[in-house]
Amino acid sequence: MPVRHTRSPFDWSAAVIAALAVTAGVTVYLRDGYDRFLAILTDDIGIFGTMLPRMLAGCLMGAFVTLLLPREAVARWVGADSGILGILIATAVGAILPGGPFTIYPVAGALLAAGADAGAACAFVISWTLLGYARAIVWELPFFGLDFVTWRILFSLPLPIIAGVAARIVWKLAMNREGDAA
Amino acid sequence: MSLLVDLALWAIVVILGLVAASRSQSLCIDALRGGLRDFVQLLPRIAIGVIGSGYLAALLPQPLIAGWLGPSSGLSGFALAAIAGALTPGGPVVGFALATTALKSGAGAPQVIAYSVAWALFALQRVVIFEVPMMPPRVVWLRVLVSLPLPFLAAWFALMVGKP
Repeated sequence: MPVRHTRSPFDWSAAVIAALAVTAGVTVYLRDGYDRFLAILTDDIGIFGTMLPRMLAGCLMGAFVTLLLPREAVARWVGADSGILGILIATAVGAILPGGPFTIYPVAGALLAAGADAGAACAFVISWTLLGYARAIVWELPFFGLDFVTWRILFSLPLPIIAGVAARIVWKLAMNREGDAA
Repeated sequence: MSLLVDLALWAIVVILGLVAASRSQSLCIDALRGGLRDFVQLLPRIAIGVIGSGYLAALLPQPLIAGWLGPSSGLSGFALAAIAGALTPGGPVVGFALATTALKSGAGAPQVIAYSVAWALFALQRVVIFEVPMMPPRVVWLRVLVSLPLPFLAAWFALMVGKP
């Protein structure tokens, strides 16, 4: 089995978020009163409830993908020697794969564990954030309308590829420096 | 529409699960167990993040944000939009609601594109809650580093083309 990046469920970053959340909650309560405090709480618990099944789906997807990905093929398709084609493939897959952050990051972790290089992983994550159609359709369209969203996505098309190539260069430089130091 | 996305998601999970089970049942059960363990470990931090972000969003000075991002704000408008995007707490609802408010209160379209691209790339709580626990930290920092110019590039494309 590939190495999993398991952490304790509650570490320093969770503690920072918790402190921020409590401070903000108390501030809203003092400033706007109990009704507003309760309204925001019910809204957010509702959002959390709708996220749960997607989170579960994402975690299971990541686990299965880790199990099923043929490592040699991944290394060949999106590995360090895959060239610009590997970046393009990672970009296309990131744009196509449905789901939220709870889906995408486990899959990206699985790709890395299976031999994808850092540049391809970056292109994949960035492509999902900028080109993922699921979020554009569900969230962006109702707010901005078709015209704005279409142009926003068109302008974003080259970005994962540019960033992926840049990531590969930076990663290689960093690795070389580490190699020299050792 | 979001129901369709959920269905597509679970369809993929089921197909992957069936393929895994057809290869080896014990490996499939191992994967199931691993996925469930990840899910349980993520629960507390995501609960805190989602519930906290609603309160953070309620405290944002919305009119101020809209005022600083007009079409004539140029590069400093892009930079401000990108920073505001990165710091906007909350899910897509909060980010997009703020961006539409900004558009309606006279912000320029390229600035709003910079904002929404920066929000998509850097939303701080998403990086902290999801990305850091699930990916090797070095790759996360690399991803953030190479993403830095992207909001500016997108805004610049918009400025050049003169759309939307």
